[in-house]
Amino acid sequence: MATTATAPITKSWSGGKSPFNVEYGKLMMWYFLMSDAFTFGAFLISYGTIRFSTNGWPDPNAVFKSFPFAPEGANAPLVFVSVMTFILIISSVTMVLAVQAGHNMDKKKVTTNLIWTIIGGIAFLSCQAWEWNHLHHEGAWWGSNPFLNADGTASSTNFTNYFFTITGFHGFHVFSGVIINIIMLIMTLTDQFEKRGHYLMIEKAGLYWHFVDLVWVFVFTCFYLI
Amino acid sequence: MSNSTAHEEHAGGGSKEIIKVTVILTVLTIVELILGFWMIDIPLSSTGVRMAIKGTIVILMMAKAFYIVAYFMHLKHEIKNLIMTICVPLALFVWFIAAFLYDGNSFRNLRNTYDPHYKEQSTIKVEKKEHGKDEKHGEQHQDSHKEKKAAE
Repeated sequence: MATTATAPITKSWSGGKSPFNVEYGKLMMWYFLMSDAFTFGAFLISYGTIRFSTNGWPDPNAVFKSFPFAPEGANAPLVFVSVMTFILIISSVTMVLAVQAGHNMDKKKVTTNLIWTIIGGIAFLSCQAWEWNHLHHEGAWWGSNPFLNADGTASSTNFTNYFFTITGFHGFHVFSGVIINIIMLIMTLTDQFEKRGHYLMIEKAGLYWHFVDLVWVFVFTCFYLI
Repeated sequence: MSNSTAHEEHAGGGSKEIIKVTVILTVLTIVELILGFWMIDIPLSSTGVRMAIKGTIVILMMAKAFYIVAYFMHLKHEIKNLIMTICVPLALFVWFIAAFLYDGNSFRNLRNTYDPHYKEQSTIKVEKKEHGKDEKHGEQHQDSHKEKKAAE
């Protein structure tokens, strides 16, 4: 050990230091997220392939057009989902603020921002639960599609199958992200990071949370906009 | 063993950057939504315009993804080796998307050419249904579909 420390080596890969200049856990979080990106990518590309191979497809604006407490027969496409999108973006911002506060060893600010992030995550999950419930009451579920294609022809169940599978998989990620953030909050409140002398764990949780937001950018575009 | 990486230098970051990226993400999302609302009123028959809008939305989506990964996930401020080890494998997606969408499109063309039944089925219009009128929607609707098809 002593020899490597005294040798005047500056190259990244000569040993004795982290070649990527990040700690092990953070690097592994990046690799995990990369594999998760391939999973989501495979889902979305499969959806795209099926959509490209089919003559008709339901119009998202005719399917996702309601919101909670809306009057019967409300026609408000894109409204509810844009609220969901902004909730997730804002919760991502509060997560960045929590990570930044962690760098400054500011326990109070970390706590506040983590609580906001958790609230954002729960709000998003509630919105999704409402939407799933609403669609289910309209007769949509895995294997059942009450909606017609945009051109008025009969639609296959591919639309609902992909919608529920992919938003469900994403919602499960949001759920696990909320759980991770709650654990981070408990660890912050019990001074575990203060004892360690750093808040790097928050940074890893933050990476995961931003990834969830990132995936929603793609899911939102592929299912609701295009 | 001291945590040498615990005090790593973080170039960039800072509140100004966070505010800037938040504003950019918000504006990009609003532009996407405006395009989405605009597309509602464009008829299905004008394929070119719709495809152009969808293409623009995809470009905006990629821009949003870039800002989230580069600034919120801090990748832009990591050292180059790390950026490369993350981004180079993801370049597989270029082939992945191009090949599979091309394949899907080709499959549709083949079916429309060689499967007259499929082609005919996808041109029969179904009567618009009323949602929320009866209790057991899903099954009844599907049954009525089959009856209509059989009648035709």
